Amino acid sequence: MTTYNDFVIRFANVNGSGSASANGMFAKALFRMGVPIATRNIFPSNIEGLPTWFEVRVSEDRHHGRREGVDLMVAMNAETYAEDVASVVPGGYLLYDNSKGLDRRLFRADITEIGIPIAKLILPEFPDPKQRKLFKNIVYLGALSALINIDFEVITGMVSTQYRGKDELIAPNIHALEIGRGYAREYLDCPLPIQLRRTSGLGDSIMIDGNAAAALGAIYGGATICAWYPITPSTSMAEAFEKHAGQLRTETDTGQRKFAVLQAEDELSAIGIVIGAGWNGARAFTATSGPGLSLMSEFLGLAYFAEIPAVLFDIQRAGPSTGMPTRTQQGDVLLAAYASHGDTKHPLMFPSTPRECFEFAADALDLADRLQTPVIVLSDLEIGMNDNLSEPLTWDDDRRYDRGKVLSREDLDAIEDFGRYVDVDGDGIGYRTLPGAHPTKGAFFTRGTSRDAYARYTEAPEAYTENMDRLLVKWRTAASLVPAPEISGHGHRAGIVFYGSTAMPMGEALERLADDGVQLDAMRIRGFPFSQEVTEFLYRHEFVFLVEQNRDAQMKTLLVNETGVDAAKIVPVLYYGGMSISADIIQESVLDHYEKMRLPRLWAVGRGTRGGTPAMQTVIGRGTPGEDSVA
Amino acid sequence: MTFVAKPRVHHPLLPTNEIGLTRRDYEGLVSTLCAGCGHDSVSAAIVQACAELAIPPHLFAKVSGIGCSSKTPSYFLGNSHGFNSVHGRMPSVATGANLANRELYCIGVSGDGDSASIGIGQFAHIVRRRINMLYIVDNNGTYGLTKGQFSATNDKGSTSKKGVPNLYEPIDLVSMALQIGASFVARSFSGDKTQLVPLIKAGLLHRGFAFIDVISPCVAFNNHNGSTKSYDYLRTRGASVVTADFIAAGEEITADYAPGEVETVHMPDGSQLRLRKLDTSYDPHNRAHALEHVLEAQQEGEVVTGLLYVDPDASDCHEILDTVETPLNALGEEELCPGSDALERINASFR
Repeated sequence: MTTYNDFVIRFANVNGSGSASANGMFAKALFRMGVPIATRNIFPSNIEGLPTWFEVRVSEDRHHGRREGVDLMVAMNAETYAEDVASVVPGGYLLYDNSKGLDRRLFRADITEIGIPIAKLILPEFPDPKQRKLFKNIVYLGALSALINIDFEVITGMVSTQYRGKDELIAPNIHALEIGRGYAREYLDCPLPIQLRRTSGLGDSIMIDGNAAAALGAIYGGATICAWYPITPSTSMAEAFEKHAGQLRTETDTGQRKFAVLQAEDELSAIGIVIGAGWNGARAFTATSGPGLSLMSEFLGLAYFAEIPAVLFDIQRAGPSTGMPTRTQQGDVLLAAYASHGDTKHPLMFPSTPRECFEFAADALDLADRLQTPVIVLSDLEIGMNDNLSEPLTWDDDRRYDRGKVLSREDLDAIEDFGRYVDVDGDGIGYRTLPGAHPTKGAFFTRGTSRDAYARYTEAPEAYTENMDRLLVKWRTAASLVPAPEISGHGHRAGIVFYGSTAMPMGEALERLADDGVQLDAMRIRGFPFSQEVTEFLYRHEFVFLVEQNRDAQMKTLLVNETGVDAAKIVPVLYYGGMSISADIIQESVLDHYEKMRLPRLWAVGRGTRGGTPAMQTVIGRGTPGEDSVA
Repeated sequence: MTFVAKPRVHHPLLPTNEIGLTRRDYEGLVSTLCAGCGHDSVSAAIVQACAELAIPPHLFAKVSGIGCSSKTPSYFLGNSHGFNSVHGRMPSVATGANLANRELYCIGVSGDGDSASIGIGQFAHIVRRRINMLYIVDNNGTYGLTKGQFSATNDKGSTSKKGVPNLYEPIDLVSMALQIGASFVARSFSGDKTQLVPLIKAGLLHRGFAFIDVISPCVAFNNHNGSTKSYDYLRTRGASVVTADFIAAGEEITADYAPGEVETVHMPDGSQLRLRKLDTSYDPHNRAHALEHVLEAQQEGEVVTGLLYVDPDASDCHEILDTVETPLNALGEEELCPGSDALERINASFR
């Protein structure tokens, strides 16, 4: 049976071998054919010589989370050959270079081998050994074009655009593509039963990674200063900011720049620069990952207490410590929420898509200015570094930056009394002035030490307490300003809660669970402090699953701590292996819980997914959909 | 700590500067440091220098870290914004503040614990970045607020108040600043206002990173016999190589110097710095020479003071980054937001 646009293909390569460029072309070609895809780079913390994988999930149903199992493995790395062969699903395909004999013990009877003598085919065609290494990748791309029906003109067109300016590379690349394609058409059964077809469903979608989108959001949101220290997986955000700002914010006549990027000596300095700039009225941000956030903690406490706007993007990776620097995780939630000593807490934003990375970046700059406090955007490697389908980025030209409560010279002239930390409006947010604003009014001393409402140093218990309590009033204001949760489904007794990149497989997981007779209301948390809607969702349901990618159920801790919800109501669904969480894991974990607790599968009477028969039933054992169906 | 209000009424005969302000307009709160603390002399020198330069006080931005020295920005320029940040990290805050608004005069005050120990990394890197600011270290070789521990600038063998010798090598911030590219490097002594005030004025007008290491004795913990940061030690072992006389733009030059002894350095605002070399062989424009001289004197147990190195044509971080003349914090949506049409083109580049 032929299936279209529904498979997982994985390329196993050696890093530094030029495979990234060929694999990127593969993904882009599918995208240009209108085929919905999600890509994942599974790479080592290394420059050359270690195993690396590139996975593309092709799904016309727009299931873009990770799915377990590989349908088509392109096994180009002898070192990982055994595990690569093992990861293919029964009935799947294995494409490999059969120029040399391989260990027959590794072969499986339940999969189809597709041997192509790539090295042998290349040897007579390309004399330069370096070229041979690079063109191996292009040969398998050519073969795939025949095997799964990639539009050949799309690929050759892409080669021409990619090497524009280095025209001497175009012909040999196309030749290598033709070698692979020619061999496949002559000697192999083409196309395979899993194949591609053009669709028109992608509309005006784009393919972008979250870090590039966040960088663009920072540019659109008016950030002028980016201070950062290189750390995977956040580096590409700072680099994208510099690249795009260079194009968008350079004055054509003078060549001068309306932005500044500083690669600092460490993360402490990076956040210090951001805070210094924020104090002086410029919009500034830093991008980092877990270890950097740990280092920035002291400064974050200063900015919280001294009330200085700052924006921090934490592109999370697997911790603790250096952990797995090139693997994804949501392990910084608690640290980010409470970073620094004393009673400190910070508003958080949790983007789930590249487009949200763009939007939240711009929103975070407004929010930091409005709340006069650091705002942390918690992205992760999964969203940040992988190219994904996204709705196009949009911007409302009527939008004005919210610079918050900043008094101008005229404002200061008009007022009698200025106190930096006086809660004039009752929202916990005082009015600030910028250095140089006025010759005689509005100057104050910013400090991390205790002060009264007029910014004067004090250790008086009443003044200290009053200030700390005002910060709580501000915190409540923040709850109404951070992005609201996204809630779907209504009236079911159980819910499922998730955030950030865990949203990617959630749609698919919920569909599968519905087929299994489990219907759940869903809530995607997008901001912290939690709004009333978040609390109500937790209280409204008998129990909720909380799906997240860390070991300690950090969001559960945060929810229990901040909303007072009964901890026993929250059932953690956890994955922290460093790949992104898959629909399979969510589905299995939820079903396991139903089984263990002997819960009836169909809660909502009359909402049965099959036949619509109103019934409730307890299913014991992990059933197939057939077994689940109501009596 | 107490808060003492100063009288608000000025003496009617107090001299005014070109913009009609008196020295009192450049002062801050009453100091809460110990009586006789060298740091208060440094603050007084800053007040005098800023008043004499006749820069409107609100155009200064004061930044500091943590420690006795870092408290001092409260005690001068009360009409300027100040930021007392975290320990050892003032350089990064100063960097951000300067990037945000290049038009302000940035004064950083730090101490030897703040800059030579916990903040030595940040100190080194702000020098490299050439942030346009005056960076003063009130250097007393000791941790005052925590009651007298040795700091990293304390000389080996120098003793504590209880007579215990320091066992470790000192860090010399002047040599370090010279080595990593500071374009204005001076050392002075808090007790020598005649030397310090012109240095502060010149440092404020210097374009690029200006560093003054001010030996500023700690009367509570490091002013005894056996200390190499005491008033007595500095008065006997301090040796000035180049003194600087500051002449404001348009000011009549009245001092009379013997020919060959004086060199004039032109500052960006039209003012002049007249360098008097006490040792005629000293070349304050030669970084290697300056470094060598400082190190040699150090070996002899002498403390070299004065303007040790200056590059009047230095560039600053904004020139390195090629930022626009308008302060970045003054740019609005019009200048910063590329708009929806540009975004459509960006979208297209991702297809």
